[in-house]
Amino acid sequence: MQLTDLSMLELAEKLAAGQVSSVEATRACLERIQGVDSTIRAFLRVDEKGALAAAEASDARRRAGTPASALDGVPVGLKDLFLTEGLETTAGSRILEGFVPPMDATVVRLLREAGLPLLGKLNLDEFAMGSSNESSAYFPTHNPWDVTRTPGGSSGGSAAAVAAREVYGALGTDTGGSIRQPAAFTNTVGLKPTYGRVSRYGVIAYASSLDQPGPMTRTVADAAALLQVLAKHDPLDSTSAPVKTPDYSAELEGGVRGLKLGVPREYFAEGMDPEVEAAVRGALREYERLGATLVDVSLPHTQYALATYYLIAPAEASSNLARYDGVRYGLRAKDAKGLKELYALTRERGFGAEAKRRIMLGTYALSAGYYDAYYLRAQKVRTLIREDFTRAFQQVDALVAPISPVAPFKLGEKVNDPLSMYLTDVYTLPCNLAGVPGLSVPCGFTNAGLPVGLQVLGRAFDEALLLRIARAFEREHDFFRRLAPV
Amino acid sequence: MALTLEQVRHVATLARLALTPEEEQRMATQLSAVLDAVEQLQSLDVGDVEPTSHATLADSLLREDATRPSLSPEQVLANAPAKVGTSFAVPKIIE
Repeated sequence: MQLTDLSMLELAEKLAAGQVSSVEATRACLERIQGVDSTIRAFLRVDEKGALAAAEASDARRRAGTPASALDGVPVGLKDLFLTEGLETTAGSRILEGFVPPMDATVVRLLREAGLPLLGKLNLDEFAMGSSNESSAYFPTHNPWDVTRTPGGSSGGSAAAVAAREVYGALGTDTGGSIRQPAAFTNTVGLKPTYGRVSRYGVIAYASSLDQPGPMTRTVADAAALLQVLAKHDPLDSTSAPVKTPDYSAELEGGVRGLKLGVPREYFAEGMDPEVEAAVRGALREYERLGATLVDVSLPHTQYALATYYLIAPAEASSNLARYDGVRYGLRAKDAKGLKELYALTRERGFGAEAKRRIMLGTYALSAGYYDAYYLRAQKVRTLIREDFTRAFQQVDALVAPISPVAPFKLGEKVNDPLSMYLTDVYTLPCNLAGVPGLSVPCGFTNAGLPVGLQVLGRAFDEALLLRIARAFEREHDFFRRLAPV
Repeated sequence: MALTLEQVRHVATLARLALTPEEEQRMATQLSAVLDAVEQLQSLDVGDVEPTSHATLADSLLREDATRPSLSPEQVLANAPAKVGTSFAVPKIIE
């Protein structure tokens, strides 16, 4: 076993016992990155100097007996959507190439304060718009389980780096499944917290009413530990919820005996890969064996979630991305004659195909004459989707379902067919529309050895229960112990 | 619903995107396909339904109206593609 194969908490234990130093662990990650990242391409930028300096400071705190947190010294990576003071942040877009933020995102600050060395910035679909990492303006990331396939998206770099043991854990963001789907595609754990649970301040905005940052790790306990660092009310984000943070590890081993787990029948629709379905059904039987009761539930508006999402998210995106105009930062078309041409040429050159598609779609849905028929109607259907969840949670404690109807697909397979790409998110989108928490936990493999994830969905602010349910499954299986063949 | 090239050009102008002719063509095809797919929402009766603009919070939260340090002009201008003194420089606005 190599040092980089440890989980975050296993490493933290060794750091606390003085058996290994943070500098050693950080160097091990940097060597691993050097060894495998030319194949995986998870990193847009490695911050060797910054990570080692943070590791040295952590070791000094450990020696002095004053660790900053339980995870002090555990190196992690960041999706390149989080602002990092003094370190280039691009959102995977040409329009922000060379942009060096003057400040940290709140969650980045929280990680620094907790003593976690930050190894660098991880690849993503441009502005988090995509499900395969192929819309990154720089290069696609490869799945460590099969490098001809996508690691999913948009937090594909984060998921791949965690699965390839280049980092011990990572931060991603989830607007329509962007933490959970790549976690499912890489045999890792990904948690999208309740909307408002984790601060969005300094996280480059895609669709503000849906975006939510969260942890991506190799074990459920690690996800709980990392969420513990991130989940804090932030006065700088007016949508950050002023709620108390529970101890996420306290009930982690509580099991599922006596719990009612809803199985939403709409999440097992036709067209699902039979091997994916078999793995998920196997996990459901496991929960029954462990003492949970499975309850058939209906979320009747599920079929409208995709359409609702692809009106609301692009509408918000078209507004958020209006700030990239070549005036204050990022790319500027220097040959423009006049201000209007400066805007149009800068944006034409700076945005990739997917960002442009969503800007166009959102602008259309918000434009005069179409607003009521598209955007407002989508917001109303969003209410119906939320109410589906509210009703379901009156009957059951949580929901268990697939993450993706398909296993990781080949790079290039769906890139020219946006609609078929959008369809891969059909089981993750409703959670964001409802604002409830969701997580992905490894639940098996296809015959070809591709990972499959199980989705657990819960009531708002019930992350602790989701983690406990995921842990109950993880404890019975060694899926998470299997290492990607890189 | 099929989007005409003319509509694509109008939306591109609103979005301040100087699309190439090939992009306009591709946009018309791809956006039409997406609009067809979202058409299904028109079949739902949403007459009395209140719209949801945000996921969990009923009211937006207000914080105390207290001053706090902000970024310095140097920090704000550090990423500027062009500047004059402590201002962002842009091409001529009135054409």
